[in-house]
Amino acid sequence: MIGLHHYLTVGAMLFVLSIAGIVINRKNLILLLMCIELMLLAVNTNFIAFSRYLGDETGQVFVFFILTVAAAEAAIGLAILVVLFRNRRSIAVQELNTLKG
Amino acid sequence: MLHSIVFYVFAGIMFLGALGVVFSRNPVHAVMFLVFTFFNAAILWLLAEAEFLAIVLVLVYVGAVMVLFLFVVMMLEVDVEAAKRGLTRYAPLGVGLALIMAFELINVIWLRGQMANVDSGFKPNPEGYSNTEALGAVLYTEHVYAFEIAAVILLLAIIAAITLTMRRRPGLKVQNIAKQVAVTAKDRIRVVKMDAEKKQ
Repeated sequence: MIGLHHYLTVGAMLFVLSIAGIVINRKNLILLLMCIELMLLAVNTNFIAFSRYLGDETGQVFVFFILTVAAAEAAIGLAILVVLFRNRRSIAVQELNTLKG
Repeated sequence: MLHSIVFYVFAGIMFLGALGVVFSRNPVHAVMFLVFTFFNAAILWLLAEAEFLAIVLVLVYVGAVMVLFLFVVMMLEVDVEAAKRGLTRYAPLGVGLALIMAFELINVIWLRGQMANVDSGFKPNPEGYSNTEALGAVLYTEHVYAFEIAAVILLLAIIAAITLTMRRRPGLKVQNIAKQVAVTAKDRIRVVKMDAEKKQ
């Protein structure tokens, strides 16, 4: 029978994989943003599993707000990325050293 | 039994999709894998009887946010070769870190699960239960203040994205509407009073 900890395991594996993705793809800003989306998906899966386990809709309300904030974050992040590319012709992370002094 | 099979199949496919996101070198492929992962996650959420959020995930996330990602990925020409060089140096560190964390998390989940005896599966929902209705009943009453804040956050995102990407090109000929409306006849015509002159 599929229970709470099957869902938690799926969430944990997805989260861990996205952490590995952040370490591996740390040169490409777009892939970093995508790994963050994947991480949020893992967290949302955990929220939904707990909501179902406890029979309480508050967890799903949380997921609702996380989706809202993640959409806003993606929009602003991609806007920053577009401006960055327009100014520097590159989105490689290692070239973002203007503030280094 | 069927429930378990569907869960394992779609969880496995989702994990493969997530692997594709992390390890594909072409950003367009990575976005496509991410869309695939979101679809499979929506199916898992459906299995947990969170129908409304599963539909929202597909409509809002796949339909809007991922399309935005795809649009930006295709607009920016990313150097795939440069990204490929970084892979070999940091891949062992990333994979090692991931394996350690996965071991710890799964250990904790299954040990605690055995102690708390949560293995019996989810309790069935009562007859006539509607997920959307139940969600709406708490969203617009208990959490209405957070709901309003979410609306403000979305407005903020609109304004921020537009102001960030709006660009003023110098030397472009544009109308100044306020100046045009505020103009009076006095600014345009000069009435000159002078004596009539004799025809020569």
